[in-house]
Amino acid sequence: MPLIEIQDVTKVYRMGDNVLNALDGVSLSIEEGELVAIMGASGSGKSTLMNLIGCLDRPTSGKYLLAGKDVGKMGVNEQAEARNRLIGFVFQNFNLLARTSAQENVELPLVYQGIGGRDRKRRAISALTRVGLGERLDHTPAQLSGGQQQRVAIARAIVGEPKLILADEPTGALDSKTTVEVMRLLQDLGKTGITVVIVTHEPEVGAYANRLIVVRDGKIIEDKHQEPVAA
Amino acid sequence: MNPLVTVRLAIIALLRNKMRSFLTMLGVIIGVGAVIAVVAIGEGAKAQVASSFAAMGTDLLIVMPGSTSSGGAAGGFGTGPTLTWDDLKAMQTELSSVKSAAPSLRSNAQILGEEQNWSTGVTGTTPDYFVVRNWGIDKGIAFGQSDVDSSSKVVVLGATVSTKLFGESGDPVGQIVRIKSVPFEVIGVAAKKGQSPMGQDYDDTVFIPSSTYQRFIGKGLQKYLNGTIFVAANSTAEVPKAQQEIVALLRDRHHLAPNEDDDFSVRSLAEVADAQAQSTNTLTTLLTAIAAVSLLVGGIGIMNIMLVSVTERTREIGVRMAIGAKPRHILAQFLAEAVAISMVGGLLGVGIGTIAAQRIALQFKWPTLIRPDVTLIAVAFSALVGIGFGLYPARKASKLDPIQALRFE
Repeated sequence: MPLIEIQDVTKVYRMGDNVLNALDGVSLSIEEGELVAIMGASGSGKSTLMNLIGCLDRPTSGKYLLAGKDVGKMGVNEQAEARNRLIGFVFQNFNLLARTSAQENVELPLVYQGIGGRDRKRRAISALTRVGLGERLDHTPAQLSGGQQQRVAIARAIVGEPKLILADEPTGALDSKTTVEVMRLLQDLGKTGITVVIVTHEPEVGAYANRLIVVRDGKIIEDKHQEPVAA
Repeated sequence: MNPLVTVRLAIIALLRNKMRSFLTMLGVIIGVGAVIAVVAIGEGAKAQVASSFAAMGTDLLIVMPGSTSSGGAAGGFGTGPTLTWDDLKAMQTELSSVKSAAPSLRSNAQILGEEQNWSTGVTGTTPDYFVVRNWGIDKGIAFGQSDVDSSSKVVVLGATVSTKLFGESGDPVGQIVRIKSVPFEVIGVAAKKGQSPMGQDYDDTVFIPSSTYQRFIGKGLQKYLNGTIFVAANSTAEVPKAQQEIVALLRDRHHLAPNEDDDFSVRSLAEVADAQAQSTNTLTTLLTAIAAVSLLVGGIGIMNIMLVSVTERTREIGVRMAIGAKPRHILAQFLAEAVAISMVGGLLGVGIGTIAAQRIALQFKWPTLIRPDVTLIAVAFSALVGIGFGLYPARKASKLDPIQALRFE
């Protein structure tokens, strides 16, 4: 069973008289352990697709199964639970809580899982160690470089042991050297069996993926497997 | 999510913005502080009134001529003399619940001493008066029955009059004073009684035998007692019984038909005390209501700041939702912050209100009573304000669309 199964999904936005087909009959299936890059220009529908995969949105029509469950039939709370347990998010601008230590930032998904303080702390430290920040637990985002902040964000994404990491332009705010570091981390995660989906408009970033999906005008125009560039 | 964690997160969030949190709290601090102070002072004033009535004597009844109402029209007290000296004698001898009774004939007069003069109230009465009013003698002696029988020209000065005429340290006993040009010998000075609950000085008076009063001060009328009668019941508990007995006795003696109104009135000090306590209560309630309004204003301040906070932290809310916060988690978080602000404000308000009440009490020499129940209610109410005014912003936060919230700049 594929982790992500999208069948003929459309997403329509209505703004007054204007009708925008952000997604126009998309079908897609992603297996566990794949490292997929979704590429497209702005306005192509890739953000809509990402929101859909991330259970932040619901399709207008069609079906989306995440780990076998129909996301379209989930309520607000079930979607939140799915995001909490199955998905880890990595954002372009990191989106860490300001004036909050790295460790507390990483603990946050576990707080919403209802995991107790001691367990939370242990797992947060282990996740931060895994991304190479075991020495900076008490640093707040302001005390960390961009690359380090993104690694904290990745630690936050993996701490809940999700099946899917969803990264939205994860290197958009990073220089080329730290971009390589972050991509290496994501590639390593892929090797441990976690599915990674990266949304980007940069071909250099897409080159790191095993599979490349190109979106334009709400449709998938290209979907190919490739030999990834080693980071 | 663990409620303790929620509270801890709320407090951390508030500490991140100390100045703003404090200013937001200020409304609640002032509101709760004002409620605490006003109630404490009100309770103190009530206790003060109660204790001054106790000093006057809770076993005391006052019989006045004239009725409170006749034929639908209210006639004031003492509209005409209806009480007789025989009524007084009957009360003293025939009623089981009455300990003693004494007349009080009063008018104002100028009193001349050697050096000073003073305008005061002259009370014509009998020796029983000092028993009925539980009024001691400081210097010298009170007049006795023989002085009343012989209409002696002797006077007992009230403490204020003594001070006005002879100074703080002077000894008036044995001196001569003139009342309406009649020379009286000062035989005693009454103990200081203080102020009535209405602020009237009890000690600004002099006492002379009732017979002397009738001869020299308030002339005329031998049958009627042209004043009021003070009656002491055997005990405070027997006051209602004494009141009934007096009414029955006087109605009988005045030959009033069952359908006729009383031509006298009997009031117990307990009734007066009740009325006084009532008016203090009304005032306290009014002031508390005003203080509560400022608490309401404090609540609106909390709502305002929470709305600002929700807008400012839209992206944070989006992030929290993306990583798995359910709407109720967001709701709980912002609600906890609002309640934390109002509760901390409430507790500070209790502290400040208590200190203020004590300061004010000290200034006016009032007793203050801090009522624990009121304190508890004030804190609970401030928590309620937090919930009430925090709910709207918190709901607004919890209903945000995570996609929009994440995109918010």
